[in-house]
Amino acid sequence: MIHFILLFSRQGKLRLQKWYTTLPDKEKKKIVREIVQIILARHQKTSSFVDWKDLKLVYKRYASLYFCCAIEDQDNELLTLEVVHRYVELLDRYFGNVCELDIIFNFEKAYFILDEFIIGGEVQDTSKRSAVKAIEDSDMLQETVEEYMNKPAF
Amino acid sequence: MALTVVSQIFPREMIPAVLPLIEDKLQHSKEIIRRKAVQALYKFYLIAPNQVQHIHDKFRKALCDRDVGVMAASLHIYLEMIKENSSGYKDLTESFVMILKQVVGGKLPIDFNYHSVPAPWLQIQLLRILGLLGKDDPRTSELMYDVLDESLRRAEINHNITYAILFECVQTIYTIHPKSELLEKAAKCIGKFVLSPKINLKYLGLKSLTCVIQQDPNLALQHQMTIIECLDHPDPIIKRETLEILYRITNGQNVTVIVQKMLDYLKESKEEYAIITLSGKVAELAEKYAPDNGWFIQTMNAVFSVGGDALHPDIPNNFLRLLAEGFDDRKEDEQLRTYAVRSYLTLLEEENTFYPQKFLQVMSWVLGEYSSLATDVDPEIILTRLHSLLKKTFVTSDTKAWIMAAVTKIASHTSCSKTIDKLIKEFSSSLDTCMRQHAFELKHLREDRVLMKNLLPFDASCNDMVVDASLSFLDGFVAEGLSRGAAPYKPHHQRQEEKLSQEKALNFEPYGLSFASSVSSSGITGRQSPTGLSFGSDTSGNSAETGHKETNTLKLEGIRKLWGKEGYLPKKESTAGKPDEPQAASCGNLLAGRVIDPPASQSDQVSSLSEEEKEKQQLASTLFVGLGSNAGVSLMGKMDVATQKFKRKSKINETQTSEEASDIQNSAASTFGPLLDTVPVNKEDCEGNKHTRLRKPSLCSSDTLEDNLAFETPQSLKKPGLDDRLSDSTLSPLSLFADGNIEILQPSPSALCESANKTLSVPSLPKELEELPHSEVVELCQSDALALYLCKVWKDDSLLLAVFASNKKSSALNTVNLVFEKAEHFQILESPAHQFSVIEAQSVERCQKCVWMDKICTQGILPGSISYQSEMEPCLEFSVTLSLLDFIRPMEMTTEDFGKLWLSLSNDVKQNIKMSPSQDSLSTALSTLQQKLKLHIVDIIGNEGILACRLLPSVPCLLHCRTYSGMLALWFRSPCSALSDGLLYQCQKVMEES
Repeated sequence: MIHFILLFSRQGKLRLQKWYTTLPDKEKKKIVREIVQIILARHQKTSSFVDWKDLKLVYKRYASLYFCCAIEDQDNELLTLEVVHRYVELLDRYFGNVCELDIIFNFEKAYFILDEFIIGGEVQDTSKRSAVKAIEDSDMLQETVEEYMNKPAF
Repeated sequence: MALTVVSQIFPREMIPAVLPLIEDKLQHSKEIIRRKAVQALYKFYLIAPNQVQHIHDKFRKALCDRDVGVMAASLHIYLEMIKENSSGYKDLTESFVMILKQVVGGKLPIDFNYHSVPAPWLQIQLLRILGLLGKDDPRTSELMYDVLDESLRRAEINHNITYAILFECVQTIYTIHPKSELLEKAAKCIGKFVLSPKINLKYLGLKSLTCVIQQDPNLALQHQMTIIECLDHPDPIIKRETLEILYRITNGQNVTVIVQKMLDYLKESKEEYAIITLSGKVAELAEKYAPDNGWFIQTMNAVFSVGGDALHPDIPNNFLRLLAEGFDDRKEDEQLRTYAVRSYLTLLEEENTFYPQKFLQVMSWVLGEYSSLATDVDPEIILTRLHSLLKKTFVTSDTKAWIMAAVTKIASHTSCSKTIDKLIKEFSSSLDTCMRQHAFELKHLREDRVLMKNLLPFDASCNDMVVDASLSFLDGFVAEGLSRGAAPYKPHHQRQEEKLSQEKALNFEPYGLSFASSVSSSGITGRQSPTGLSFGSDTSGNSAETGHKETNTLKLEGIRKLWGKEGYLPKKESTAGKPDEPQAASCGNLLAGRVIDPPASQSDQVSSLSEEEKEKQQLASTLFVGLGSNAGVSLMGKMDVATQKFKRKSKINETQTSEEASDIQNSAASTFGPLLDTVPVNKEDCEGNKHTRLRKPSLCSSDTLEDNLAFETPQSLKKPGLDDRLSDSTLSPLSLFADGNIEILQPSPSALCESANKTLSVPSLPKELEELPHSEVVELCQSDALALYLCKVWKDDSLLLAVFASNKKSSALNTVNLVFEKAEHFQILESPAHQFSVIEAQSVERCQKCVWMDKICTQGILPGSISYQSEMEPCLEFSVTLSLLDFIRPMEMTTEDFGKLWLSLSNDVKQNIKMSPSQDSLSTALSTLQQKLKLHIVDIIGNEGILACRLLPSVPCLLHCRTYSGMLALWFRSPCSALSDGLLYQCQKVMEES
């Protein structure tokens, strides 16, 4: 099971975080700080897995953004790497050539996509099309509701 | 969306409340919702497995779902459940294998492919399940060999994801009952991984090696060189994994090298967690395979100094126990101990070095116990060392206690020593009360050498102490006390209980006054409680059981008070309550009295007391020195980890001690207090313990009761819902089927072809209906004897359903009954049943039914069944899906009429819709609406248009449209709000489609 997912930039700025285990806020902050430090300190040539406490961190760098998942020991690391990759693909598909700014400005969308893709720490939908469709559906719903609310009465 | 939230932030308490809702969603027609429902249930399963127990069969249904996503989601649950209990799901192995076969064979929709690998996540999930199922079970494993081979073969492309699958395959192959061919292949795969230049793969290879190596050590030999290389790899994770491999292949010959490597890594590593686990492993190895004593002690020293205080407490405890118990060979024992003492002395010689607390504790214990073994060392030196340690600031008070104990022990077999005198003087005025107490103890013990010798015999740390836990030797004293008129001793909780009940009784008075009729019978309680007490005093005071009983009765009375009818004076209760109070008070007195009395009056008891006292102290000191506070736990916990070289002397004895140790734990605490206090305190403790033990079962039972209750309520709540759903579920497949085939106004050649292939001929409508607008003739259902076809004819005043029954047999069918069941939304104008008296062989009969919509809905199902006479009483069920549009007809009117009607209607609904480029102008948009929805265009003025329609038979609905900047603003008005809503939905759908 994935325990949490963090996205942070090369400067160590946290861009997105998702926790699948409940922890107090203070603890989370501490963990984030710790992990960002560990991962940023690593060489490019080293493997993308790090032991951390009883969990394993699997990270990958896309452009200036690090995607990092914490998984349990018996999980498959390579698979998690591909989960990350698939998520990036989904983002890419949705935003069209995704970049860090997309995630900064449309963080809620990034969260939506993540929710469609992973629920409760397990991959739920590996089909790219259906995930993107679900997100577009919800976008549509949101838009129509907004317009309906904004529209002046006759 | 809500389901997403549910599966993310759900507390256990709320599960019963939403569970039925989520179960409902399992039947939802949309895949995504079903999938999310399954995910939510999975989450529930993780949180509280027994709350979702009753829907396990639903999981099975989910596993067989048509949609792959839903099926994949259900696998999560199965993985978890199979982990718990693999034997219960062996029957599913075959279906899992089937699924995997299909997945590997590429039978899934193309969009599940990931880099041209079919659904890798699904595959891995399945492989894991299979691994769990096939573990140690040759028969189930048999089923999997083929498919595993297949997936190994398929996963050949050079991509991460295939490697991931391969890895999982290898794992599975090694967990299930082995088959040599597969093992060979798997080994080859591992080789590929390990030799790969890619670091990630290398890591994975090492990881799989660690799993495999116990089964097949030869594999490690093949990859020796790689492993050695990896040992010096810059990436710590690779290093660690390699060490893990080494750890598993350790034996008597290679242990020194491997442990050396591990220690090297330990020294470099800074991460606490890694240190803890690794040092544990080193200690284990050292214990198991130590070649000689010197090495063993050295290694342990290294572990202690590197591991520091983060070490698992078991490690020092185990180490000390080993030293204390020794081996079968006495000489070896001595050697080991002497070596240990010497090494610690040299370690302590170095000034200003910092050692972890745990290490210091170990050192002081060893020195205290065995320093005399090293005969050539003057005890004075040891004492000075220890003394200097005591003065260091970094030593915690806990460690200081250990050191003091060591000093006391050494003092017991040295005649006199300046250092000890100095030490006593120094710490007698210490601010630390604990230290001061120790110093005083030491001082007094020194004055009485005999006692000291008895108390601290040499090398007695593993002798068993027998403690009379029930303190029966005090019974006589207690009885005497009672005969002199003292109140029996009551445990603390009982006194509290009494106090509470008194308070209750007092508080009760105002209530009693206001509800005179229902004033309770507190008199009974008043009378009963003293008898209960006297009963208690008859049996001697140490029977906790009677005390417990009494509390029970007291509690009961507390409840009865509220419901009694006697109306018997609350006053009396208060007077009756009073005698209790002095008794309780005297109880307290007795407690104090006991402490003071014995030494003064009863000499024989003094002796027994002091004996007991001695025993206690002895225990406490050994407890302190030998085992430490958590000894009881660790002794029991580590019992089964039998080492190979060091044999335990007496296991049974040990369990006893450990049990006793836990008993004595509270006494250990009490020794800190003034000496004479021990007995009563202890006694209270013991009784308290008994009491809690007694209470436990009762607590448990009430708990389970509550659980049961909690469990029952949701179930009973669910029952009616469940029935509904069952009926739903039987219907839905049919309706889905029908839905798929019925297409309005659009000829579907494929459906036609299909039905044409299957049947003799598709029946056609009679002439008079042919001219009206109608749908294609579609098949509703069929059996080997009968086929049913349906055609919708949109008549002006109703929807006409023309049902054709076609006999496929070569003989005639008699009394064919067609019955439409009563549906919520629809009304059939004539009788809902129709009987064909006979249908000739190979011919078609027709019946017509007119239907109105009774309650408005966008889409509804009209179920029905058809039966005919034969031996088997066959009954075919079918359902017809009817949409709102089937009942909408255009309504013709003038603009004036429209205006009038518009004003008279109240329910309006507004909505904006985006217009697609293809229907940019108002007129095209309106004409699509006219065609698709059968609306009547009343008028178009500029960018506004008005339309009208009616729902059969004659409910009007008016629509006002306006276009602006690519948007179409719709405004519906009708006497029935549901109609407007339904139409709006249809409009949106139509506009989206076009």
